[in-house]
Amino acid sequence: MTPLEMLRQMLRARAYEARVAALQAQGPFPMTCSSQGQEASAVGVVAALRPEDRILTNHRSAAHLIARGADPARILAEVMGKATGYCQGKSGSLHISVAELGVVLTSTIVGGELSMAPGVALARKMGHEPGITVCFFGDGAACEGIFHESLNLATVWQLPILYVCENNQWQAFVRRQETMLTEHVSAWGAGYGLPCQTVDGNDVQTVRDAARHAVDTIRASGKPYLLETLTYRQRGHYSGDTEAHITAQERAPWLARDPIQRQISRLLGEGTLTEQVLSELQDAVHAEIDAAVRQAHSAPYPAPDALCTDVYA
Amino acid sequence: MTTMTAHEALYRALSEEMQRDARVMLMGEGVATLHRDLVEAFGAERVRNTPLSEAIVAGCAVGAAASGLRPVVDMLYAPFLTYAMDAIVNSAGKLRYMSGGQFAFPMVVLANTGAGWGVGAQHSHNLEAWFVHSPGLKVVMPSTPADFYGLLKSAIRDDNPVVFLNDMTLLHQPGDLTDEAEAGLVPIGRAAVRRPGSDVTLVSYAKTVHTCLVAAHTLAQQGIQAEVLDLRSLKPLDMGTVLASVRRTGRLVVVHEAGPLCSVGAEVAAQVAERVFDALKAPVRRLSSPDVPTPASHPLEQAFVPQAAQIVQTVQELLGVPAEAQLSTS
Repeated sequence: MTPLEMLRQMLRARAYEARVAALQAQGPFPMTCSSQGQEASAVGVVAALRPEDRILTNHRSAAHLIARGADPARILAEVMGKATGYCQGKSGSLHISVAELGVVLTSTIVGGELSMAPGVALARKMGHEPGITVCFFGDGAACEGIFHESLNLATVWQLPILYVCENNQWQAFVRRQETMLTEHVSAWGAGYGLPCQTVDGNDVQTVRDAARHAVDTIRASGKPYLLETLTYRQRGHYSGDTEAHITAQERAPWLARDPIQRQISRLLGEGTLTEQVLSELQDAVHAEIDAAVRQAHSAPYPAPDALCTDVYA
Repeated sequence: MTTMTAHEALYRALSEEMQRDARVMLMGEGVATLHRDLVEAFGAERVRNTPLSEAIVAGCAVGAAASGLRPVVDMLYAPFLTYAMDAIVNSAGKLRYMSGGQFAFPMVVLANTGAGWGVGAQHSHNLEAWFVHSPGLKVVMPSTPADFYGLLKSAIRDDNPVVFLNDMTLLHQPGDLTDEAEAGLVPIGRAAVRRPGSDVTLVSYAKTVHTCLVAAHTLAQQGIQAEVLDLRSLKPLDMGTVLASVRRTGRLVVVHEAGPLCSVGAEVAAQVAERVFDALKAPVRRLSSPDVPTPASHPLEQAFVPQAAQIVQTVQELLGVPAEAQLSTS
């Protein structure tokens, strides 16, 4: 992805989340966990991947899905419980998988993705299939025991996994500083003997470069790597979160480092983006989301007999 | 026919399925150490020792199953499954449905359970009802070497997650197996009639099937013919066989070692009451362990498990045999 394309993908994710938030503010609409503020981490990592790579993600997944090429109309349909959603309305917002894009086994159990990633990587390694497995999780999941078991197994078994810790400073309703004495999750990872790097997760080009290095390292060595992206959850734990516990002093420096504004400023400064092009980009992105909302609204709900289908293979 | 123990039958089934299908693999604490023959036959990639990390071992199996392998994980003892519940219940059991059918989880979770070894409640706890209650899983608990063999083969070939519980006291009991591998397959979801009878139906699984057979023998001496059903598969549950039997006998005693509350026996009793109430000549009775942790002390452990004498007495009560005429079975 070019720097401009990465900006476009971040704008799409932002427009999607902004529209969902607006719909939630208007009236009854299903809850979501917004990825707003974390777009650079998602887009920067996904930009470093190949089609054959696999992604495991979590409840805060919209930016991952959109960066990977998922159709916002089908994501929205899933959130709204419609039959045209990626999971036929049986997931809702919290565990959307899109197998056709290599986004597999999404779990909203914090750490669930860490639990399944080694098996995905092992099966692909034993099957001599190309591609690495990327596992997105947060600093909250790093406090689960499964994080430690997963990293240990992946290093012992030499599994080609890119662990991406999106350290967004909050673990549901608790500040990271209350739950971990280390500032960086990468310090924990280092103890398991895999290469670890912490980067500015709000700079998409920094993330993309670090992810490329990590992915190249994994492809060459066949071993796991931990990339920690320092970022910020701009919209609370979930859509019903009043965020009354978050101070303006805490929020201000992170908003000043908003990943999208930073990339816009960079590209405008470099002359690779003009206000005119930016305006056109914004219009196109919002038009896409407008169309997605219309499509999702008019999509049918699942037929009643879907209640009992796909329980067993 | 070949005579072998249930433990030997399990590993014969596993070895044959690994030979038959290169996607089948075994993971668990000590499996490569204790089964060198499997390592030699199938390689270290497919027979893997694991750390003592039940959660990630089960999670790894789930991820691998969804990605083209057919893992069998040996979790050692059923209480250790509590560490692995997220992977088994939330992932293997739910993610097919939650993804709209995008994934399948062909995997087998092996665990030992059951009183009789004096190892206490953290190695011996009959958790089968937990898994029966969890959507998307299958649960089997065999009682004979032939069923250990045939059900494991079916479980490995099944495209769904199967929790395969081994009653420890049965593992070293010998039994006959057919030499025809394919003929030895036992379908998941079908109960077995271990002894036909017309006066009362005894429904059980795992070690208490044998207790029921002992009781049925004693009852026969008194002219009471007990039909003994071995559920074998707890999910899906073969209620068709149970209901047909109860329609004929009009009496039901459910016997298992697991505790009574929300148990498989409770489910069988409830379904019989709902569906063939009119055929019942007496109330349904349940015999189980009490709602306590499995004790380690041998006499307490014996008191924990339903005994043949209790079954005989319960059946005699159902049939209205006068107390003075009841056989002493102690």
